[in-house]
Amino acid sequence: MTDLLAEYLPILIFLVIAVGLSAVMVAASMIIVPQKPDSEKVSAYECGFEAFNDSRGQFDVRFYLVAILFIIFDLEVAFLFPWAVSLGNIGIFGFWSMMVFLGVLTIGFVYEWRKGALEWE
Amino acid sequence: MIIQALAFYVFAAIAIASGVMVVTSRNPVHSVLYLILAFFNAAALFVLIGAEFIAMILIVVYVGAVAVLFLFVVMMLDINFVELRQGFMRYMPIGALIGLVLLAELVFVGGAWTFSGEATQVMLAKTPEIAAVHNTEAIGNLMYTRYVYLFQAAGLVLLVAMIGAIVLTHRQRDGVRKQRIGAQIAVRREDVVEVVKVTKGGGV
Amino acid sequence: MGATSIPVMAPAAAEIFLAIAGMILLMAGVFRKSGSMAVVSWGAVVALILAAVLVLTHGGTSAEPVFFGMFSTGPFAQFAKLLVLAGSAIAIVMSLDYMKREGIDRFEFPVLVVLATLGMMMMVSANDLIGLYVGLELQSLSLYVIASIRRDSLRSTEAGLKYFVLGAISSGMLLYGSSMIYGFAGTTDFNGLAQVFSKLGDSGPAVGVIIGLVFVISGLAFKVSAVPFHMWTPDVYEGSPTPVTALFAIAPKVAAVALLLRVMIEPFGDLIAQWQQVIVLISIFSMVLGAFAAMVQTSIKRLMAYSSIGHMGFLLVGIAAGNESGVSGVLIYLFVYLFMNVGTFACILSMRQQGRYVEGIGDLSGLSKTHPMMAFALLIFLFSMAGIPPLAGFFGKWYVFMAAIESGLYALAIIGVLASVVGAFYYLRIIKIMYFDEADEPLDAEIGGEMRVVMLVTAAVTLLFFVLPAPIVATARAAASALMGG
Repeated sequence: MTDLLAEYLPILIFLVIAVGLSAVMVAASMIIVPQKPDSEKVSAYECGFEAFNDSRGQFDVRFYLVAILFIIFDLEVAFLFPWAVSLGNIGIFGFWSMMVFLGVLTIGFVYEWRKGALEWE
Repeated sequence: MIIQALAFYVFAAIAIASGVMVVTSRNPVHSVLYLILAFFNAAALFVLIGAEFIAMILIVVYVGAVAVLFLFVVMMLDINFVELRQGFMRYMPIGALIGLVLLAELVFVGGAWTFSGEATQVMLAKTPEIAAVHNTEAIGNLMYTRYVYLFQAAGLVLLVAMIGAIVLTHRQRDGVRKQRIGAQIAVRREDVVEVVKVTKGGGV
Repeated sequence: MGATSIPVMAPAAAEIFLAIAGMILLMAGVFRKSGSMAVVSWGAVVALILAAVLVLTHGGTSAEPVFFGMFSTGPFAQFAKLLVLAGSAIAIVMSLDYMKREGIDRFEFPVLVVLATLGMMMMVSANDLIGLYVGLELQSLSLYVIASIRRDSLRSTEAGLKYFVLGAISSGMLLYGSSMIYGFAGTTDFNGLAQVFSKLGDSGPAVGVIIGLVFVISGLAFKVSAVPFHMWTPDVYEGSPTPVTALFAIAPKVAAVALLLRVMIEPFGDLIAQWQQVIVLISIFSMVLGAFAAMVQTSIKRLMAYSSIGHMGFLLVGIAAGNESGVSGVLIYLFVYLFMNVGTFACILSMRQQGRYVEGIGDLSGLSKTHPMMAFALLIFLFSMAGIPPLAGFFGKWYVFMAAIESGLYALAIIGVLASVVGAFYYLRIIKIMYFDEADEPLDAEIGGEMRVVMLVTAAVTLLFFVLPAPIVATARAAASALMGG
């Protein structure tokens, strides 16, 4: 267990340094810099308008379809990793097990292709 | 060992704090971003207990895909979130009560944790030593053979999800000019080009 | 190291066949250009019938669970699966005309029904908490989509969304409970759990097991829509297209009840002292609420929702009894329930005024004069649901109440009888409207051919069940003794 975690130590160190450094930068700019805000300083710059409305524009539902189809194939790929690693141990049965799984999803893929769900129009 | 314990408490604290922020922040987009932070911390916790495959899947699938989908959904809905929050204080007591009950149960269970005597005999596949066989391989050794039934059923669930998403959201629009590559390649010269003999002064 | 030999698959032949058939139907639907709904629907019906044949030939032996202890067969599962398959097939047949008239004839509907049925069969055959969950999700996910298949209607999408959100919560509770049980018992396998719980000392099970068990019961109670987890039922029944409501009222209920029964009896059979009181409580609530809330309804679909909540209460009486006659009583009740509900929904699906489908109870007024045969069929179904002898519904109730008395639950049986007396009131109200009220606007004369056949067969079974109950009762008894013994 500790061997495994030792491999992750560089990442931890990286995280600590990254978080520490950015915290120092933010804190320094808060502490060292003189802060004298007035209404002109904190308002938007001279170019551009005040915001009219929320920056959130409404999305088309088609984005959602693309995203969910992506998730499904993302999950399919996630199943492939352990299979690839242990293919030597699980033999021919394990191989065909995955082929059937992929076959089921290929049926789904053909369906969505024929339905035109992959086209943007 | 002390680093491990320290890392656990830091990650767990951030995970809980960002969980609270998911619920309380005013802007739903911020909620989703806090959710991503919570996912990252959960992944770190998984690494700490030695489940690195799950940790990586959490990042690839949840952060990479599910959180993006959440963002889409938040963007897609035209909801006035200020209005939506007005009921918050009204429902808060009952929500807090349910949370407390669950917490009390967890504490209760944690305090009385005993393994039934028989359990050790019927236990499913034991977790192999991490030094002997690493995480991803241990999952792979079992998932496609021992748990083939569940694996294939999961495939069918994904298929249903695919059909469902298309049934509910896909629309065939009329009057859209699509690129039909087959038809375009099959075009012959005489279909599109016409040679017209233009007489002098006659116009076309 | 994992097993690398290919497992025996014959006991799951029906499930494998149904999965393949679903995919073939999907491909057939998507490769035919238009008008594929009818073809795919009849294909789905044929597939369900063939699956039933496979269940009959391959699913009856209580051999060792296959797929490494994940999937078990036996007379009990066989009985429940046949009911589920029949319910789904009839629901598809009944949907044909409606879907075409309403312009929602999409070939995905029968495909999703086939996949949902597969999920139900997996639920019934589950021999492991994970297998249970995956089957349940396959079923639920398909049904969420089907509920909102009329996606341009606000009510239908609302029904789908409500069903989805509450269904997801119930799945979460089920998983939470399962993880508790796994944490304390060390296994998710039903046989293993039974083994663990059979050797408990005097101290009883650990507290975590009981909490886990309560969560599992709550999650499953959502699926059978027992009070207090019933809130979704009326809205979903009302909002979904009527053939979908018919499907919801029949097949998933049968599967969920069979699953609840199996989970209570098989892995947790030795914890009966712990779960019996919970089941008794939700049973009483369901019977009482079903009887009282149905009185004030004006929509016949909402009324059927409360009626089904009430029926679930009666079925839970049989589960609470926890003995062999309770199990066989539940199975007989499910058989009867299937026929009564199918028949009633066939009548509801034949209610049209000038081509529009109507679903108000008031629209039935004067039915006895305009459609004497249909009125008589509906009369039979309603009397049967009210439990009036000698119709089939009476026997269903009789068997579960006898089982409750046998295991000493006198109060439960008495409350059940009282609730069914109260419940008879609203069934009789409909009969009064049909036979004694004048029609403002008569229903259309024409009734589809499929509907006539469905009504005739279900009415005949409901009416004449008392003539020859022996085959069903004997099969149910055999199934029950196999479940209790195994």
